[in-house]
Amino acid sequence: MSEAKKYPAPVTNPETAAFWDAAKQGKFMIKRCTACGEAHYFPRAICPFCYSDKTVWEESSGEGTIYTYSLMRKSPTGPYAIGYVTLKEGPSLQTNFVDCDLTTLKIGQKVKVVFKPTDGAPLPFFTAA
Amino acid sequence: MTIKGKAYIAGIFEHPTRHAPDKSTAQLHAEVAKGALEDAGISKDDVDGYFCAGDAPGGAWPMVDYLGLNTRKLRHVDSTETGGCSYIIHLGHAAEAIAAGKCSIALITLAGKPRTGVMPPRAAGAEADFESAYGATTHNAYGMCAMRHMHDYGTTSEQLAWIKVAASHHAQYNPHAMLKDVVTVEDVLNSPMISDPLHRMDCCVVSDGGGALIVTTPEIARSLKKPLVKLIGHGEAMKGPRGGKDLDLTYSAGIWSGPRAFEEAGITPKDIKYASIYDSFTITVLMQLEDLGFCKKGEGGKFVADGNLISGVGKLPFNTDGGGLCSNHPVNRGGMTKILEAVRQLRGEAHPKVQVKNCDLAIAHGTGGLLGVRHAASTAILERV
Repeated sequence: MSEAKKYPAPVTNPETAAFWDAAKQGKFMIKRCTACGEAHYFPRAICPFCYSDKTVWEESSGEGTIYTYSLMRKSPTGPYAIGYVTLKEGPSLQTNFVDCDLTTLKIGQKVKVVFKPTDGAPLPFFTAA
Repeated sequence: MTIKGKAYIAGIFEHPTRHAPDKSTAQLHAEVAKGALEDAGISKDDVDGYFCAGDAPGGAWPMVDYLGLNTRKLRHVDSTETGGCSYIIHLGHAAEAIAAGKCSIALITLAGKPRTGVMPPRAAGAEADFESAYGATTHNAYGMCAMRHMHDYGTTSEQLAWIKVAASHHAQYNPHAMLKDVVTVEDVLNSPMISDPLHRMDCCVVSDGGGALIVTTPEIARSLKKPLVKLIGHGEAMKGPRGGKDLDLTYSAGIWSGPRAFEEAGITPKDIKYASIYDSFTITVLMQLEDLGFCKKGEGGKFVADGNLISGVGKLPFNTDGGGLCSNHPVNRGGMTKILEAVRQLRGEAHPKVQVKNCDLAIAHGTGGLLGVRHAASTAILERV
Protein backbone atom coordinates (compact mmCIF):
# COMPACT_ATOMS: atom_id res chain seq x y z
CA MET A 1 0.00 0.00 0.00
CA SER A 2 1.31 3.36 -0.99
CA GLU A 3 1.90 5.79 1.88
CA ALA A 4 1.11 8.54 -0.59
CA LYS A 5 -2.46 7.30 -1.09
CA LYS A 6 -4.58 10.36 -1.73
CA TYR A 7 -7.74 10.75 0.31
CA PRO A 8 -10.65 13.01 -0.68
CA ALA A 9 -11.05 16.26 1.24
CA PRO A 10 -14.18 16.43 3.40
CA VAL A 11 -16.86 18.64 1.90
CA THR A 12 -17.96 19.76 5.42
CA ASN A 13 -21.18 21.59 6.27
CA PRO A 14 -22.43 23.84 9.10
CA GLU A 15 -23.44 20.85 11.21
CA THR A 16 -20.01 19.21 11.13
CA ALA A 17 -17.58 22.12 10.58
CA ALA A 18 -16.42 22.09 14.23
CA PHE A 19 -15.32 18.45 13.85
CA TRP A 20 -13.08 19.31 10.91
CA ASP A 21 -11.75 22.46 12.55
CA ALA A 22 -10.72 20.35 15.54
CA ALA A 23 -9.22 17.71 13.25
CA LYS A 24 -6.90 20.41 11.89
CA GLN A 25 -5.65 20.79 15.49
CA GLY A 26 -5.16 17.02 15.76
CA LYS A 27 -8.23 16.57 17.97
CA PHE A 28 -10.72 13.76 17.36
CA MET A 29 -14.19 14.88 18.38
CA ILE A 30 -17.42 13.06 19.10
CA LYS A 31 -20.81 14.43 20.07
CA ARG A 32 -22.53 13.79 23.40
CA CYS A 33 -26.12 14.55 24.28
CA THR A 34 -26.45 16.38 27.60
CA ALA A 35 -30.13 15.37 27.84
CA CYS A 36 -29.77 11.56 27.65
CA GLY A 37 -26.02 11.32 28.24
CA GLU A 38 -25.33 9.18 25.17
CA ALA A 39 -22.34 9.77 22.90
CA HIS A 40 -22.72 9.27 19.15
CA TYR A 41 -20.73 9.26 15.91
CA PHE A 42 -20.74 10.64 13.21
CA PRO A 43 -21.76 13.93 14.77
CA ARG A 44 -25.30 15.29 14.50
CA ALA A 45 -26.91 18.46 15.82
CA ILE A 46 -29.93 16.50 17.05
CA CYS A 47 -29.28 13.47 19.27
CA PRO A 48 -30.23 10.36 17.23
CA PHE A 49 -31.33 8.60 20.42
CA CYS A 50 -33.55 11.11 22.27
CA TYR A 51 -33.96 13.88 19.68
CA SER A 52 -32.71 16.55 22.07
CA ASP A 53 -30.83 19.44 20.47
CA LYS A 54 -28.63 19.69 23.59
CA THR A 55 -25.66 17.96 21.95
CA VAL A 56 -22.12 19.13 22.72
CA TRP A 57 -18.68 18.46 21.26
CA GLU A 58 -16.34 16.28 23.31
CA GLU A 59 -12.76 15.33 22.57
CA SER A 60 -12.47 11.55 22.27
CA SER A 61 -9.53 9.67 23.72
CA GLY A 62 -9.05 8.34 20.19
CA GLU A 63 -8.60 4.90 21.73
CA GLY A 64 -10.70 1.89 20.98
CA THR A 65 -10.84 -1.74 19.92
CA ILE A 66 -11.48 -3.40 16.57
CA TYR A 67 -15.11 -4.58 16.34
CA THR A 68 -14.61 -6.15 12.91
CA TYR A 69 -12.51 -5.70 9.78
CA SER A 70 -11.96 -7.00 6.27
CA LEU A 71 -8.77 -6.85 4.25
CA MET A 72 -9.55 -5.91 0.66
CA ARG A 73 -6.81 -7.79 -1.19
CA LYS A 74 -6.87 -5.74 -4.41
CA SER A 75 -7.87 -2.23 -5.40
CA PRO A 76 -6.56 0.41 -7.82
CA THR A 77 -4.58 1.86 -4.86
CA GLY A 78 -3.50 -1.47 -3.42
CA PRO A 79 -4.79 -3.56 -0.51
CA TYR A 80 -6.57 -1.79 2.34
CA ALA A 81 -8.27 -2.79 5.56
CA ILE A 82 -11.70 -1.45 6.37
CA GLY A 83 -13.30 -2.00 9.75
CA TYR A 84 -15.25 -0.71 12.69
CA VAL A 85 -13.67 0.57 15.88
CA THR A 86 -15.56 0.78 19.16
CA LEU A 87 -14.28 3.87 20.96
CA LYS A 88 -13.58 3.90 24.71
CA GLU A 89 -16.41 6.44 24.94
CA GLY A 90 -18.87 3.93 23.44
CA PRO A 91 -19.73 4.70 19.84
CA SER A 92 -18.49 2.48 17.02
CA LEU A 93 -17.36 3.96 13.73
CA GLN A 94 -16.21 2.94 10.29
CA THR A 95 -12.55 3.49 9.43
CA ASN A 96 -9.47 2.11 7.72
CA PHE A 97 -6.52 0.63 9.57
CA VAL A 98 -3.21 2.13 8.50
CA ASP A 99 0.51 2.21 9.32
CA CYS A 100 0.49 -1.28 10.84
CA ASP A 101 0.62 -4.91 9.73
CA LEU A 102 -2.76 -5.43 8.05
CA THR A 103 -2.29 -9.21 7.93
CA THR A 104 -2.31 -9.56 11.72
CA LEU A 105 -5.40 -7.48 12.54
CA LYS A 106 -7.67 -9.09 15.12
CA ILE A 107 -11.11 -8.44 16.51
CA GLY A 108 -10.63 -6.93 19.98
CA GLN A 109 -7.22 -5.49 19.10
CA LYS A 110 -6.45 -2.08 20.67
CA VAL A 111 -6.13 0.77 18.21
CA LYS A 112 -5.74 4.54 18.30
CA VAL A 113 -6.66 7.40 16.03
CA VAL A 114 -4.22 8.90 13.55
CA PHE A 115 -4.94 11.69 11.08
CA LYS A 116 -4.02 11.64 7.39
CA PRO A 117 -3.79 14.80 5.30
CA THR A 118 -6.10 15.69 2.44
CA ASP A 119 -6.34 18.85 0.35
CA GLY A 120 -8.75 20.07 3.05
CA ALA A 121 -9.17 18.96 6.67
CA PRO A 122 -7.32 15.78 7.71
CA LEU A 123 -9.23 12.49 7.98
CA PRO A 124 -9.22 10.18 11.01
CA PHE A 125 -7.85 6.65 10.64
CA PHE A 126 -6.82 4.04 13.18
CA THR A 127 -3.58 2.20 13.76
CA ALA A 128 -2.33 -0.46 16.18
CA ALA A 129 -2.04 0.99 19.70
CA MET B 1 -55.96 -4.14 7.55
CA THR B 2 -53.87 -6.77 5.83
CA ILE B 3 -52.73 -7.42 2.27
CA LYS B 4 -53.06 -11.17 2.81
CA GLY B 5 -54.53 -12.74 -0.31
CA LYS B 6 -55.45 -9.39 -1.84
CA ALA B 7 -52.87 -9.40 -4.63
CA TYR B 8 -51.77 -12.10 -7.08
CA ILE B 9 -48.65 -12.35 -9.22
CA ALA B 10 -50.14 -12.94 -12.64
CA GLY B 11 -47.15 -12.38 -14.88
CA ILE B 12 -43.39 -12.94 -14.61
CA PHE B 13 -40.47 -12.57 -16.95
CA GLU B 14 -36.74 -12.96 -16.54
CA HIS B 15 -34.57 -11.63 -19.32
CA PRO B 16 -32.47 -14.49 -20.68
CA THR B 17 -29.50 -12.21 -21.37
CA ARG B 18 -26.53 -11.99 -19.04
CA HIS B 19 -24.47 -9.83 -21.41
CA ALA B 20 -26.21 -7.11 -23.43
CA PRO B 21 -23.65 -4.84 -25.14
CA ASP B 22 -26.07 -4.28 -28.02
CA LYS B 23 -29.04 -3.07 -25.97
CA SER B 24 -29.91 0.04 -23.95
CA THR B 25 -30.97 -0.09 -20.30
CA ALA B 26 -34.40 1.39 -21.14
CA GLN B 27 -34.77 -1.21 -23.89
CA LEU B 28 -34.14 -4.01 -21.39
CA HIS B 29 -36.88 -2.52 -19.17
CA ALA B 30 -39.25 -2.56 -22.15
CA GLU B 31 -38.32 -6.13 -23.05
CA VAL B 32 -38.99 -7.43 -19.53
CA ALA B 33 -42.24 -5.42 -19.30
CA LYS B 34 -43.39 -6.94 -22.60
CA GLY B 35 -42.37 -10.40 -21.43
CA ALA B 36 -44.28 -10.19 -18.14
CA LEU B 37 -47.39 -8.75 -19.83
CA GLU B 38 -47.34 -11.57 -22.40
CA ASP B 39 -46.86 -14.13 -19.63
CA ALA B 40 -49.94 -12.76 -17.87
CA GLY B 41 -51.96 -12.28 -21.04
CA ILE B 42 -52.55 -8.60 -20.30
CA SER B 43 -52.27 -5.57 -22.61
CA LYS B 44 -49.92 -2.76 -21.63
CA ASP B 45 -52.84 -0.40 -22.13
CA ASP B 46 -54.54 -1.92 -19.08
CA VAL B 47 -51.61 -1.28 -16.71
CA ASP B 48 -52.73 1.27 -14.10
CA GLY B 49 -49.81 1.01 -11.65
CA TYR B 50 -46.07 1.26 -12.35
CA PHE B 51 -43.21 0.51 -9.97
CA CYS B 52 -39.49 1.00 -10.57
CA ALA B 53 -36.31 1.75 -8.59
CA GLY B 54 -32.97 3.45 -9.09
CA ASP B 55 -32.04 1.28 -12.08
CA ALA B 56 -34.82 2.79 -14.23
CA PRO B 57 -33.23 5.51 -16.40
CA GLY B 58 -34.50 8.88 -15.20
CA GLY B 59 -36.96 7.38 -12.73
CA ALA B 60 -40.70 6.81 -13.03
CA TRP B 61 -41.94 9.52 -15.34
CA PRO B 62 -39.38 9.05 -18.13
CA MET B 63 -39.94 5.27 -17.90
CA VAL B 64 -43.74 5.54 -18.00
CA ASP B 65 -43.38 7.65 -21.13
CA TYR B 66 -40.69 5.48 -22.73
CA LEU B 67 -42.63 2.29 -22.06
CA GLY B 68 -45.70 3.78 -23.72
CA LEU B 69 -47.92 3.06 -20.74
CA ASN B 70 -51.48 4.31 -20.96
CA THR B 71 -51.32 7.58 -19.03
CA ARG B 72 -55.09 8.01 -19.19
CA LYS B 73 -55.35 4.87 -17.11
CA LEU B 74 -52.14 4.92 -15.01
CA ARG B 75 -53.11 6.10 -11.54
CA HIS B 76 -50.50 4.76 -9.15
CA VAL B 77 -46.70 5.15 -9.28
CA ASP B 78 -44.02 4.10 -6.76
CA SER B 79 -40.28 4.57 -7.22
CA THR B 80 -39.16 3.36 -3.79
CA GLU B 81 -35.39 2.84 -3.95
CA THR B 82 -33.92 0.38 -1.47
CA GLY B 83 -31.20 -1.21 -3.61
CA GLY B 84 -31.49 -4.89 -4.39
CA CYS B 85 -34.65 -5.50 -2.35
CA SER B 86 -36.56 -2.62 -4.00
CA TYR B 87 -38.67 -5.03 -6.06
CA ILE B 88 -39.75 -7.09 -3.04
CA ILE B 89 -40.80 -3.84 -1.39
CA HIS B 90 -42.57 -2.88 -4.64
CA LEU B 91 -44.48 -6.16 -4.54
CA GLY B 92 -45.76 -5.33 -1.05
CA HIS B 93 -46.57 -1.76 -2.01
CA ALA B 94 -48.40 -2.97 -5.13
CA ALA B 95 -50.50 -5.25 -2.92
CA GLU B 96 -51.25 -2.33 -0.59
CA ALA B 97 -52.30 -0.17 -3.53
CA ILE B 98 -54.45 -2.97 -4.97
CA ALA B 99 -56.06 -3.64 -1.57
CA ALA B 100 -56.81 0.08 -1.26
CA GLY B 101 -58.30 0.23 -4.75
CA LYS B 102 -55.58 2.57 -6.01
CA CYS B 103 -54.67 0.32 -8.95
CA SER B 104 -55.62 -3.09 -10.30
CA ILE B 105 -52.80 -4.10 -12.66
CA ALA B 106 -49.32 -3.17 -11.47
CA LEU B 107 -46.15 -3.52 -13.53
CA ILE B 108 -42.78 -3.73 -11.74
CA THR B 109 -39.57 -3.60 -13.80
CA LEU B 110 -35.86 -4.02 -13.14
CA ALA B 111 -33.11 -3.94 -15.77
CA GLY B 112 -29.58 -2.75 -16.32
CA LYS B 113 -26.10 -3.31 -17.66
CA PRO B 114 -23.38 -3.39 -15.00
CA ARG B 115 -21.22 -5.52 -17.34
CA THR B 116 -21.49 -3.40 -20.45
CA GLY B 117 -22.69 0.04 -19.37
CA VAL B 118 -22.21 2.77 -16.82
CA MET B 119 -23.87 2.31 -13.44
CA PRO B 120 -25.46 5.46 -11.98
CA PRO B 121 -23.63 6.64 -8.83
CA ARG B 122 -25.40 6.37 -5.49
CA ALA B 123 -26.34 9.74 -3.97
CA ALA B 124 -24.30 10.73 -0.90
CA GLY B 125 -25.89 10.54 2.55
CA ALA B 126 -25.21 12.67 5.62
CA GLU B 127 -22.43 10.22 6.56
CA ALA B 128 -20.39 10.82 3.39
CA ASP B 129 -17.56 12.90 4.90
CA PHE B 130 -17.20 10.37 7.73
CA GLU B 131 -17.20 7.20 5.65
CA SER B 132 -16.69 7.57 1.91
CA ALA B 133 -12.89 7.80 2.10
CA TYR B 134 -12.70 4.35 3.70
CA GLY B 135 -13.66 2.49 0.54
CA ALA B 136 -16.62 0.40 1.68
CA THR B 137 -17.57 -1.89 -1.21
CA THR B 138 -19.97 -4.78 -1.31
CA HIS B 139 -17.10 -7.25 -0.88
CA ASN B 140 -15.55 -5.74 2.21
CA ALA B 141 -18.82 -4.61 3.81
CA TYR B 142 -20.14 -8.18 3.68
CA GLY B 143 -16.67 -9.42 4.59
CA MET B 144 -16.90 -7.41 7.83
CA CYS B 145 -20.21 -9.14 8.64
CA ALA B 146 -18.74 -12.56 7.95
CA MET B 147 -15.64 -11.81 10.04
CA ARG B 148 -17.72 -10.86 13.06
CA HIS B 149 -20.16 -13.74 12.58
CA MET B 150 -17.22 -16.16 12.58
CA HIS B 151 -15.84 -14.49 15.71
CA ASP B 152 -19.11 -14.57 17.65
CA TYR B 153 -20.50 -17.92 16.50
CA GLY B 154 -17.61 -19.99 15.14
CA THR B 155 -19.02 -19.93 11.61
CA THR B 156 -16.47 -21.32 9.13
CA SER B 157 -15.49 -20.72 5.51
CA GLU B 158 -16.40 -24.37 4.83
CA GLN B 159 -19.94 -23.74 6.01
CA LEU B 160 -20.24 -20.62 3.87
CA ALA B 161 -18.90 -22.60 0.91
CA TRP B 162 -21.84 -25.04 1.16
CA ILE B 163 -24.15 -22.19 0.10
CA LYS B 164 -22.25 -21.76 -3.17
CA VAL B 165 -22.09 -25.52 -3.62
CA ALA B 166 -25.89 -25.77 -3.30
CA ALA B 167 -26.41 -22.90 -5.77
CA SER B 168 -24.08 -24.58 -8.27
CA HIS B 169 -26.01 -27.85 -8.02
CA HIS B 170 -29.10 -25.95 -9.12
CA ALA B 171 -27.40 -23.81 -11.76
CA GLN B 172 -26.30 -26.86 -13.77
CA TYR B 173 -29.92 -27.21 -14.92
CA ASN B 174 -30.42 -23.54 -15.85
CA PRO B 175 -29.43 -23.03 -19.51
CA HIS B 176 -29.16 -19.27 -18.93
CA ALA B 177 -26.93 -19.48 -15.84
CA MET B 178 -23.55 -17.74 -16.13
CA LEU B 179 -21.79 -20.39 -14.06
CA LYS B 180 -23.12 -23.89 -14.76
CA ASP B 181 -20.30 -25.99 -13.30
CA VAL B 182 -21.00 -27.84 -10.08
CA VAL B 183 -18.38 -26.83 -7.52
CA THR B 184 -17.15 -28.36 -4.26
CA VAL B 185 -16.39 -26.86 -0.87
CA GLU B 186 -12.69 -27.20 -1.75
CA ASP B 187 -13.21 -25.27 -4.99
CA VAL B 188 -14.68 -22.38 -3.00
CA LEU B 189 -11.92 -22.43 -0.38
CA ASN B 190 -9.25 -22.59 -3.09
CA SER B 191 -10.66 -19.62 -5.02
CA PRO B 192 -8.74 -16.37 -4.47
CA MET B 193 -9.40 -14.38 -1.31
CA ILE B 194 -11.19 -11.16 -2.33
CA SER B 195 -11.86 -9.48 1.00
CA ASP B 196 -11.29 -11.52 4.12
CA PRO B 197 -12.91 -13.90 4.83
CA LEU B 198 -14.80 -13.98 1.51
CA HIS B 199 -13.34 -15.88 -1.44
CA ARG B 200 -14.19 -15.21 -5.06
CA MET B 201 -16.72 -18.05 -5.03
CA ASP B 202 -18.42 -16.54 -1.99
CA CYS B 203 -19.35 -13.63 -4.28
CA CYS B 204 -22.22 -13.40 -6.77
CA VAL B 205 -21.78 -12.81 -10.47
CA VAL B 206 -22.05 -9.45 -12.24
CA SER B 207 -24.57 -9.61 -15.05
CA ASP B 208 -26.65 -7.54 -17.41
CA GLY B 209 -30.32 -8.35 -17.59
CA GLY B 210 -33.55 -7.74 -15.79
CA GLY B 211 -36.97 -8.99 -14.84
CA ALA B 212 -40.56 -7.89 -14.41
CA LEU B 213 -43.74 -8.75 -12.53
CA ILE B 214 -47.45 -8.17 -13.08
CA VAL B 215 -49.38 -7.90 -9.81
CA THR B 216 -53.15 -7.79 -9.91
CA THR B 217 -56.43 -8.37 -8.08
CA PRO B 218 -57.73 -11.88 -7.26
CA GLU B 219 -60.58 -11.36 -9.73
CA ILE B 220 -58.37 -10.39 -12.66
CA ALA B 221 -55.86 -13.16 -11.84
CA ARG B 222 -58.68 -15.73 -11.94
CA SER B 223 -59.73 -14.48 -15.38
CA LEU B 224 -56.25 -15.23 -16.77
CA LYS B 225 -54.69 -18.56 -17.73
CA LYS B 226 -51.69 -18.85 -15.41
CA PRO B 227 -51.54 -20.91 -12.21
CA LEU B 228 -52.60 -18.70 -9.29
CA VAL B 229 -49.96 -17.35 -6.93
CA LYS B 230 -50.95 -14.93 -4.20
CA LEU B 231 -49.06 -12.76 -1.74
CA ILE B 232 -50.04 -13.65 1.82
CA GLY B 233 -47.44 -11.81 3.87
CA HIS B 234 -45.02 -8.95 3.43
CA GLY B 235 -42.48 -7.12 5.56
CA GLU B 236 -39.90 -4.41 5.15
CA ALA B 237 -37.29 -2.93 7.48
CA MET B 238 -34.08 -0.91 7.61
CA LYS B 239 -30.94 -1.04 9.73
CA GLY B 240 -27.81 1.08 10.12
CA PRO B 241 -25.07 1.86 12.66
CA ARG B 242 -27.49 4.15 14.59
CA GLY B 243 -24.95 6.68 15.75
CA GLY B 244 -22.53 3.89 16.57
CA LYS B 245 -24.53 2.58 19.54
CA ASP B 246 -24.43 -1.18 20.23
CA LEU B 247 -23.09 -2.00 16.78
CA ASP B 248 -23.96 -5.57 15.80
CA LEU B 249 -23.19 -6.71 12.25
CA THR B 250 -24.22 -10.32 12.86
CA TYR B 251 -27.88 -9.66 12.09
CA SER B 252 -29.74 -7.77 9.40
CA ALA B 253 -33.00 -5.89 9.04
CA GLY B 254 -34.44 -9.26 8.00
CA ILE B 255 -34.78 -9.92 11.72
CA TRP B 256 -37.69 -7.44 11.58
CA SER B 257 -39.04 -7.81 8.02
CA GLY B 258 -39.25 -11.61 8.32
CA PRO B 259 -41.45 -11.87 11.43
CA ARG B 260 -43.73 -9.13 10.04
CA ALA B 261 -44.27 -11.17 6.88
CA PHE B 262 -44.74 -14.48 8.71
CA GLU B 263 -47.21 -12.92 11.14
CA GLU B 264 -49.29 -11.49 8.32
CA ALA B 265 -49.22 -14.80 6.47
CA GLY B 266 -50.13 -16.71 9.61
CA ILE B 267 -47.46 -19.34 9.01
CA THR B 268 -43.98 -20.14 10.37
CA PRO B 269 -40.65 -20.85 8.66
CA LYS B 270 -41.31 -24.60 9.13
CA ASP B 271 -44.21 -24.33 6.66
CA ILE B 272 -42.02 -22.98 3.83
CA LYS B 273 -41.31 -25.49 1.03
CA TYR B 274 -39.00 -23.30 -1.03
CA ALA B 275 -36.85 -20.27 -0.18
CA SER B 276 -35.50 -17.61 -2.52
CA ILE B 277 -32.86 -15.82 -0.45
CA TYR B 278 -30.83 -12.95 -1.90
CA ASP B 279 -27.32 -14.30 -2.29
CA SER B 280 -25.12 -11.31 -3.02
CA PHE B 281 -22.57 -13.26 -0.98
CA THR B 282 -22.69 -16.58 0.83
CA ILE B 283 -22.74 -14.74 4.18
CA THR B 284 -25.86 -12.85 3.06
CA VAL B 285 -27.76 -16.13 2.79
CA LEU B 286 -26.48 -17.51 6.09
CA MET B 287 -27.44 -14.39 8.02
CA GLN B 288 -30.86 -14.12 6.35
CA LEU B 289 -31.72 -17.73 7.13
CA GLU B 290 -31.00 -17.03 10.79
CA ASP B 291 -32.82 -13.70 10.78
CA LEU B 292 -35.89 -15.18 9.11
CA GLY B 293 -36.07 -17.89 11.74
CA PHE B 294 -35.13 -20.98 9.69
CA CYS B 295 -32.58 -21.68 12.43
CA LYS B 296 -31.38 -20.00 15.61
CA LYS B 297 -28.99 -17.05 15.48
CA GLY B 298 -25.46 -18.39 15.23
CA GLU B 299 -26.53 -21.81 13.91
CA GLY B 300 -26.70 -20.79 10.25
CA GLY B 301 -23.37 -22.46 9.55
CA LYS B 302 -24.63 -25.85 10.70
CA PHE B 303 -27.96 -25.29 8.93
CA VAL B 304 -26.48 -24.70 5.46
CA ALA B 305 -23.81 -27.43 5.64
CA ASP B 306 -23.94 -30.86 4.01
CA GLY B 307 -26.29 -29.92 1.19
CA ASN B 308 -29.24 -28.82 3.31
CA LEU B 309 -30.10 -26.14 0.72
CA ILE B 310 -29.96 -28.48 -2.30
CA SER B 311 -33.33 -29.32 -3.87
CA GLY B 312 -34.14 -33.01 -3.45
CA VAL B 313 -31.33 -33.44 -0.93
CA GLY B 314 -31.77 -31.01 1.96
CA LYS B 315 -34.61 -29.72 4.07
CA LEU B 316 -34.78 -26.20 2.60
CA PRO B 317 -34.32 -26.00 -1.19
CA PHE B 318 -33.09 -22.49 -2.01
CA ASN B 319 -32.42 -20.46 -5.17
CA THR B 320 -33.18 -23.31 -7.55
CA ASP B 321 -32.31 -21.15 -10.57
CA GLY B 322 -28.72 -20.93 -9.34
CA GLY B 323 -29.34 -17.52 -7.78
CA GLY B 324 -26.95 -14.62 -7.88
CA LEU B 325 -24.05 -16.88 -6.98
CA CYS B 326 -24.34 -18.78 -10.28
CA SER B 327 -27.14 -17.63 -12.59
CA ASN B 328 -27.43 -13.85 -12.72
CA HIS B 329 -27.52 -10.66 -10.70
CA PRO B 330 -29.06 -8.06 -12.98
CA VAL B 331 -27.93 -4.51 -12.14
CA ASN B 332 -26.25 -5.84 -8.98
CA ARG B 333 -29.77 -6.19 -7.55
CA GLY B 334 -31.07 -9.61 -6.58
CA GLY B 335 -34.59 -8.96 -5.32
CA MET B 336 -36.49 -9.37 -8.58
CA THR B 337 -34.99 -12.71 -9.56
CA LYS B 338 -35.79 -14.03 -6.07
CA ILE B 339 -39.50 -13.40 -6.64
CA LEU B 340 -39.36 -14.85 -10.16
CA GLU B 341 -37.96 -18.23 -9.11
CA ALA B 342 -40.35 -18.43 -6.14
CA VAL B 343 -43.28 -17.93 -8.55
CA ARG B 344 -41.87 -20.57 -10.92
CA GLN B 345 -41.66 -23.01 -8.03
CA LEU B 346 -45.24 -22.31 -6.95
CA ARG B 347 -46.48 -22.61 -10.54
CA GLY B 348 -44.56 -25.85 -11.00
CA GLU B 349 -42.52 -24.22 -13.76
CA ALA B 350 -39.07 -24.69 -12.25
CA HIS B 351 -36.68 -27.07 -13.98
CA PRO B 352 -37.89 -30.66 -13.30
CA LYS B 353 -34.53 -31.51 -11.69
CA VAL B 354 -34.99 -28.80 -9.06
CA GLN B 355 -38.79 -28.46 -8.87
CA VAL B 356 -39.92 -28.88 -5.26
CA LYS B 357 -42.74 -31.40 -4.94
CA ASN B 358 -46.10 -30.02 -3.83
CA CYS B 359 -44.61 -26.55 -3.52
CA ASP B 360 -47.46 -24.55 -2.02
CA LEU B 361 -45.65 -22.01 0.20
CA ALA B 362 -42.53 -20.06 -0.73
CA ILE B 363 -40.57 -17.12 0.61
CA ALA B 364 -38.72 -14.48 -1.40
CA HIS B 365 -36.42 -12.37 0.73
CA GLY B 366 -33.79 -9.80 -0.07
CA THR B 367 -31.61 -7.04 1.27
CA GLY B 368 -30.47 -3.81 -0.35
CA GLY B 369 -27.56 -1.51 0.32
CA LEU B 370 -24.60 -2.80 2.32
CA LEU B 371 -25.28 -5.32 5.07
CA GLY B 372 -22.18 -4.12 6.92
CA VAL B 373 -23.12 -0.45 6.73
CA ARG B 374 -26.74 0.60 6.01
CA HIS B 375 -29.33 -1.56 4.39
CA ALA B 376 -32.96 -2.43 3.85
CA ALA B 377 -34.62 -5.83 3.87
CA SER B 378 -37.90 -7.08 2.52
CA THR B 379 -39.72 -10.38 2.82
CA ALA B 380 -42.58 -11.72 0.72
CA ILE B 381 -44.50 -14.91 1.44
CA LEU B 382 -46.29 -16.43 -1.51
CA GLU B 383 -48.88 -19.19 -1.72
CA ARG B 384 -50.09 -21.34 -4.58
CA VAL B 385 -53.87 -21.24 -4.74
